[in-house]
Amino acid sequence: MMQPIVNVENLSHIYMQGTPLEHRALDQVSIQVAEGECLAIIGHTGSGKSTLIQHFNGLIRPQSGTVIINGMDVSSPKIDIRTLRRQVGLVFQNPEDQLFEKLVGDDVAYGPFRMGLPLEEVRRRVQWAMDLVGLSFQEMKDRPTFALSGGQKRKVALAGVLSLQPKVLVLDEPTAGLDPRSRLELLDRIRRLNREEKLTVIFVSHNMEEVAKLADRVYVMANGQSVCEGTPRQIFGNQELLRQHHIGTPESVDILYRLHEQGYSIDPSAFLPEETAMEILKLLNR
Amino acid sequence: MTPQPIIRVENVSFAYQVNQDQQIPVLQNVSLEVFPGEYVAIIGHNGSGKSTLSKHLNGILTPKEGDVIVNGINTREKQRIHEVRSRVGIVFQHPDNQIVATIVEDDVAFGLENIGTSAEEMKTRVDFALEAVGMSAFRHRPPHHLSGGQKQRIAIAGILAMKPQVLVMDEATSMLDSYGRQDILAVVRKLHREGMTIVTVTHHMSEVAEADRVIVMEGGRIVLEGTPREVFSHQERLRELHLDVPDASRIAQLVHSEYSEFTPDLIHNEEVVAEVNRLYVRQAEASGS
Repeated sequence: MMQPIVNVENLSHIYMQGTPLEHRALDQVSIQVAEGECLAIIGHTGSGKSTLIQHFNGLIRPQSGTVIINGMDVSSPKIDIRTLRRQVGLVFQNPEDQLFEKLVGDDVAYGPFRMGLPLEEVRRRVQWAMDLVGLSFQEMKDRPTFALSGGQKRKVALAGVLSLQPKVLVLDEPTAGLDPRSRLELLDRIRRLNREEKLTVIFVSHNMEEVAKLADRVYVMANGQSVCEGTPRQIFGNQELLRQHHIGTPESVDILYRLHEQGYSIDPSAFLPEETAMEILKLLNR
Repeated sequence: MTPQPIIRVENVSFAYQVNQDQQIPVLQNVSLEVFPGEYVAIIGHNGSGKSTLSKHLNGILTPKEGDVIVNGINTREKQRIHEVRSRVGIVFQHPDNQIVATIVEDDVAFGLENIGTSAEEMKTRVDFALEAVGMSAFRHRPPHHLSGGQKQRIAIAGILAMKPQVLVMDEATSMLDSYGRQDILAVVRKLHREGMTIVTVTHHMSEVAEADRVIVMEGGRIVLEGTPREVFSHQERLRELHLDVPDASRIAQLVHSEYSEFTPDLIHNEEVVAEVNRLYVRQAEASGS
């Protein structure tokens, strides 16, 4: 890999250290993300995924180990945290809960406005960001944020982060709670940001269909450690590992595995429904 | 004698007031009956009114027009709202909004404290509820340090401790990973087997496949209703409504379109596996004879 844009080495984090409630959330985690990559981090609830990504824009500083983002050392006390946060846009779970302006356009403009950019540039960026997430600038900029649907609110929140023009976009469960239509649309938007705008994307997900569709590469986390890394096909092909770490598989993979376990010769890494149907047809000589 | 419905929704309409002269209609003349021991799933895309409907089931919202009757009590009767809520408990999508205490077991006991349950009974119920959601080991932890999925299990435990007759899940599993979801579904299945009435609002079609009856909403109205198998057989209609079908149905239909012997209206993973077995064995027999 060329110089990674995100380089995490031996990162550990303990919550409430020195108290009876001490909890080791991260244990010697090392991960590298190349520029332009789309990386998924998966793992059982409580495996440390969210703690890990909060290091990427300095919300949590490393207790031990290093986090280097685009050459900036997050543990350094001298780091300019605002510069870091302009480079790494973090979209939390349910970002729609964090909209605070009354109007859509104002909410998206908040970041660039606070950066002290000239008004014309702020406007240009808001238009650009809203366009990227599929919100019409003309139609939506003066819409009250409370009257939006869940999917629309999430797009507004995403646009608010994009308006800072980050190099790395970090998303925590980007489509959780969205209906199937909004989910597909948002996935498509994220993929385009990655492929066309060359944004490095890191996302945490428990939706394996989403990981299968979006990710170039996957890290599997368990008990605060990074236990495995590979392409979605490699990861989903390793049912043992996923079971061991309580990670679900796409439903279609579940069907293939059940068949596989019954002794049919079948390729269990065919993780899309269409591929699964093909495998079944092959099995039945059709 | 036909059984009495435990919840009766009669011609309910509801609108959110945006400002003085603008209203957004959310429910339009919805009627629905839920019978004791039933497992009902409500689906529809965001904005179809399904969450608003679920909030009517225990009087969080009261209809603009029409009535909601829970066990004979109209949810408009404000002085009896506690009776309604002791029968119908709702678990919501976002766990953070439902957690009130600083220690897990206190949070689960919160509702019980409010209704003056004895300490002994409280302990029994909290034990039961935490056990049911698989969180007993966390009872002395502060909830805000739990992960989202774990918090949601605590929220569900808080409702279970109240022993309601009807458990309403408003996208309660949508923030959980698939194992977390399976855990919760196993709990729900068990409660349902033991006689609890379940109403679930969900986007997860494999979850819908478990219900006795599915209600499909669009534009604040009920547009389709039936068993999961009936509803998922309308793939075209569901696509128009921007709804999914379970992967198992999708795969069964894809295989069926190439190989007509393969039964198309399957909805569970096990059914697809069994159907492959059936046809495989038949082929083996045919070539053997």
